[in-house]
Amino acid sequence: MSHADRANDPSYADAAPGDERLYGDEPAESVGSYLIGLGFAALLTVVSFFIAHTTLVWTPSLPVALVVLAIAQMGVHLVFFLKITTGPDNVNNVMALAFGVLIVLLLIVGSLWIMTHLNHNMMPMDQIMQMQR
Amino acid sequence: MSAFQAAAGRDVSAPVGHDSGGAWGGPHMAEHAARGPASKRIISGYGFWIFLLSDIIMFSAFFAAYVVLVGNTAGGPSGADLFNLRNVELETACLLLSSFTCGLSSIGARTRSGLWFHGAMAATFVLGAAFLAIEIHEFAGMVARGAGPTRSAFLSAFFTLVGCHGVHVTAGLLWLLTMMAQVLAKGYRADILRRVLCFNLFWHTLDIIWVALFTVVYLMGVVQ
Repeated sequence: MSHADRANDPSYADAAPGDERLYGDEPAESVGSYLIGLGFAALLTVVSFFIAHTTLVWTPSLPVALVVLAIAQMGVHLVFFLKITTGPDNVNNVMALAFGVLIVLLLIVGSLWIMTHLNHNMMPMDQIMQMQR
Repeated sequence: MSAFQAAAGRDVSAPVGHDSGGAWGGPHMAEHAARGPASKRIISGYGFWIFLLSDIIMFSAFFAAYVVLVGNTAGGPSGADLFNLRNVELETACLLLSSFTCGLSSIGARTRSGLWFHGAMAATFVLGAAFLAIEIHEFAGMVARGAGPTRSAFLSAFFTLVGCHGVHVTAGLLWLLTMMAQVLAKGYRADILRRVLCFNLFWHTLDIIWVALFTVVYLMGVVQ
């Protein structure tokens, strides 16, 4: 694609997060997109609360199932409410999001990793209290 | 070429144009954005997106602190003793529906439809206020039972994390009223519409944080 073509191609324009694509979205379609998002999010929420109430999921794996459902719902929110898509007009927004996710993962996984190991390696509390006397 | 487009690795050889001042939508804007610097609407939306991501990182620190401290109840009540999932279901429904009506208000702003915009914003406010009322009621009940933030490390972390989200919702409600007043007083001007866009992003992000919150704090707290 030549430079002139690219400059005239609307799909190469940037889009602000939260905005629809610049062309072709009628208000009715936008309402439809928000409705789909609401439906998916409501479904995932109901499933989350339901499996927490019942013993349908093997109990030791419940936290993992809940985390997976929550991450899926965050994805639904990002796509249908915040309009973060994989289109070429969204490269900046997705790159910023990816960096944010990286930092969040480092922070949470790193904290939990360090703190559980610290717990393991620590002297039992009663011995610490004795040393302080 | 602006730094903004350079960051996207995009090759723009067309002459740099003047700033459009953030005209909303339409072919003119798309053409402009591809040729010259991005419109103010895109730049402020992007900047606010980066702020929101930094806010999410701040929340992730509170989440990490909460998960580390969740077991340290110091002989006091644990989450399973305190949390009432009925309340949490109501709160979740309020916030999810308010996120939906907030999306509808952005369509109202785009189509310059006063009924859509103000109706959807008013619905968002009512749902957000209902969420906040339930949360404050829950907090007051816990403090009355002697399970305030000073009781244990678990409760300190709980009130910090959930309270921080509640403060964000409060600020969002004030911002919401400001946006309704500004649209009434000044109309659908480009700068007002940029603020409405940022408010929409903020409100949707609060709902994303709430998803993490009800999963990690309430559901896991009751399950364990």
